[in-house]
Amino acid sequence: MAFDAQTHREFKVVGTRVTRPDGIDKVTGKAAYGADISAPGMLHGRILRSPHAHARIVSIDTSAAESLAGVKAVVTGADLAQPEDDFFADVAINCLARDKVLYDGHAVAAVAAKSKSIAKQAIRLIKVDYEILPHVTDVDEAMKPDAPVVQEGRALETVPRGMSQNVTTHCQFGHGDLDAGFAKADKIIERSFKTAATHQGYIEPQACMASLGSDGRGEVWCCTQGQYMVRQNCAAVLGVEESQLRITSSEIGGGFGGKTSTFIEPVALALSRKSGKPVKIVMTRDEVLKATGPTISTSMDIKIGMTQDGRITAARGELRYSGGAYPNETVDMGAQAAFAAYDLPAVETIGWNAMTNRPKEIPYRAPGAPTSIYAVESVVDELCQELGLDPLDVRLLNAARKGTLSSYGPTFNEIGLVATLEAAKAHPHYTAPLGPNQGRGLSCGFWFNFGGNTCVSLNINDDGTVGVVEGNPDIGGSRASISMMAAEELGVPYDKVRTVIADTSSLGFNDITDGSRVTFAVGLATIEAARAAIKEMCRRVAKIWDIDEEAVIWEDGCAKPAGPNAGTHPPMALAEIAAIAGKTGGPIAGHHEVNADGAGVSFGVHLCDTEVDPETGATKILRYTVFQDAGKAVHPDYVEGQMQGGAVQGIGWALNEEYIYGEDGRLQNAGFLDYRVPVASDLPNIETVILEIPNPGHPYGVRGVGETPIVPPLAAIANAVSRAAGVRMTELPMSPPRLLKAMTG
Amino acid sequence: MKTLPIETTINGDNTEFLCHADESLLDVLRDRLGMTGSKEGCGTGDCGACSVMLNGRLVCSCLVLAVETQGAEVETIEGMANGEELHPLQRVFLEEAALQCGVCTPGILVAAKALLEKNPNPTDTEVRYWLAGNLCRCTGYDKIIKAVQTAAAEMRSA
Repeated sequence: MAFDAQTHREFKVVGTRVTRPDGIDKVTGKAAYGADISAPGMLHGRILRSPHAHARIVSIDTSAAESLAGVKAVVTGADLAQPEDDFFADVAINCLARDKVLYDGHAVAAVAAKSKSIAKQAIRLIKVDYEILPHVTDVDEAMKPDAPVVQEGRALETVPRGMSQNVTTHCQFGHGDLDAGFAKADKIIERSFKTAATHQGYIEPQACMASLGSDGRGEVWCCTQGQYMVRQNCAAVLGVEESQLRITSSEIGGGFGGKTSTFIEPVALALSRKSGKPVKIVMTRDEVLKATGPTISTSMDIKIGMTQDGRITAARGELRYSGGAYPNETVDMGAQAAFAAYDLPAVETIGWNAMTNRPKEIPYRAPGAPTSIYAVESVVDELCQELGLDPLDVRLLNAARKGTLSSYGPTFNEIGLVATLEAAKAHPHYTAPLGPNQGRGLSCGFWFNFGGNTCVSLNINDDGTVGVVEGNPDIGGSRASISMMAAEELGVPYDKVRTVIADTSSLGFNDITDGSRVTFAVGLATIEAARAAIKEMCRRVAKIWDIDEEAVIWEDGCAKPAGPNAGTHPPMALAEIAAIAGKTGGPIAGHHEVNADGAGVSFGVHLCDTEVDPETGATKILRYTVFQDAGKAVHPDYVEGQMQGGAVQGIGWALNEEYIYGEDGRLQNAGFLDYRVPVASDLPNIETVILEIPNPGHPYGVRGVGETPIVPPLAAIANAVSRAAGVRMTELPMSPPRLLKAMTG
Repeated sequence: MKTLPIETTINGDNTEFLCHADESLLDVLRDRLGMTGSKEGCGTGDCGACSVMLNGRLVCSCLVLAVETQGAEVETIEGMANGEELHPLQRVFLEEAALQCGVCTPGILVAAKALLEKNPNPTDTEVRYWLAGNLCRCTGYDKIIKAVQTAAAEMRSA
């Protein structure tokens, strides 16, 4: 669906800062999240987890737990189906292990009991006999031919023979003659980088309540980024039909990609089927960190050649990602994104995924991109330092623009990178003075953005109000932006529209809330649904006026005669048309179903000032500014919120957050005390500058904005810290001990 | 395990409940009293999503045993608005979009109210340090700090 031809559209609702419709419930404690509902006769579920990084399950004896008073059901992997499809088979064995445990925290068995404390007691009575196997948690170690093998026979055909069986994915992107390109360079820098796995760190742990009868009919209430995805996974893992499962998404307490899979819902359903009662499972924080999906851990080599005046002549990257104990293709996106900000004559990016004894990677905001772009942007910054060039000018000189053949294949359409870089250059932040031990860093960021499968129903109510039914959990104010687009299109006030999120039985399939797709794709489908309703209202009015349908137009919320030839009928407002709908043909509604494309890639530029403490290695963020192309900011407050929140997650990734594994392969910091996410006192205000370069693929020009902001911070901060500390940092996080070591040699 | 009878005051209401000796105040609020506005984000006192006032002091209710509230005054997010009328902090949080997912919001509002009662005119740095025990993963805190300051200014001039 193309950008509207009207180039100077005056928006009335879109672009304003209205109050979100779910706000009152969220500031008064009434909003119901995953753990907030209960059912009569409900049991409490709890999961037993592996204490070992890698072990064969010899036997599981559940008899003592089953005979504990108050225990109503115990399940193991044997209670789940064994899906033939690899994807669902992995979901199933990640919910409850079968033959082997693959990481510290891997679920082994579960109980349902009358109380939380009985359930807790019961899992301690389950006896699991393990045969401990050698483990590997480091990606470089896992790629060695003699590394312990996490799973056998999982490599894709693209992986060359003779490598470790842990290597499952190989990908390659690029164009041009690399040798010729590097030969033209005045300076070539080649560096290796490592980044630690981090967690999405949503504040609400996974929680669900599930009920499944012996007739195969079930209900699930859960916090998720996609109720239809939960339905698919549960149906496959339980061996029931999708039509028999109704999944309702609760309010969601953060996701950032982390709630795009299922961990507990199939287990709760299995316990419910066995006990005949509803079962609630709420994860603890250490379970969240140990057993839900962190991001990838990486090891990367980047080589870039540049002329004296700053033109990049050739670039090559080799990425080794580990997505944990299962095959994983996040490296594919990392490899595609790595050099996307640049117009390059010769570029090659190669990616590998290797399995390790870590939890299954689950997407985290722009999955794969922050790490590869961190490595690339670090080398570009170092080249600028070495050649004495301004890092913003160099990026402008090499920036991808409309018509650029991207490093991953497509040719770019209208993109906002140059405008975003120019905004950064013009901002006072870029020229503000710096003091001793202070440094300024910048980085470009990129994300593809997705569209995807989307259904929307829009109902014109008899009192002239409007109901929008959509199928994507509202993770950051999307109900507001969708209501705004419906109001804009229909010409009614924002507060006349109410948007609700359907359960899986009330609306057709929708892809998960991911890929920054909701405001783009659901918005697009809402606009189309509104247009369908408008068409119907015009048809009804044409009948009343006894003129041709084409002679009725829609303007400012009213049907009007198209011109003098159509007669002198006074305009009929939406409310008037709605009130008599029963007499003109029945209820009026519009709906739209689409697999949306044209999401429009997104670029951002972050500027960051840091001060490093030479005595402790601690880094302070002094000033931070985010510049990003939003296409069209539907609700600027929530666009800024995405930019600020993403930046701060990136700050955590750059400076503190990391999965720390011991020699024994166990996670050593599974809690918010030791896995340290940024707190308010760590941070300055995060300044934001929204650019609006319309996306040609959306009627209002909207681009997704949610993911791009986590991409630039890693390099922006690493570049600032490296300049402040006088030493190039090549490993994340740059925690105080690591930085101190680098500074003191 | 036997249950113990506890008599306490929650949001001004005399409240009696039975609980086990090892149950936290948060568990009792959520599971026994149906007051699910206080959230459990960690259960170890690190995230602040369960913040409540106990005898005028800001605490993590996951770290308080329910039996300790015998005879005490507890204030939770459910008691913050006065009927239909939102507390200025609640209203400004909405007006200034100081929340995204909203799960940390009850704890942050309770903590911010406690701050403004102690210090009606805090600096930004004071707000940031006071709220350092309340994790928010969505907003980057920027709009939260600004909303607290807007509400503080409004409350000072009221």
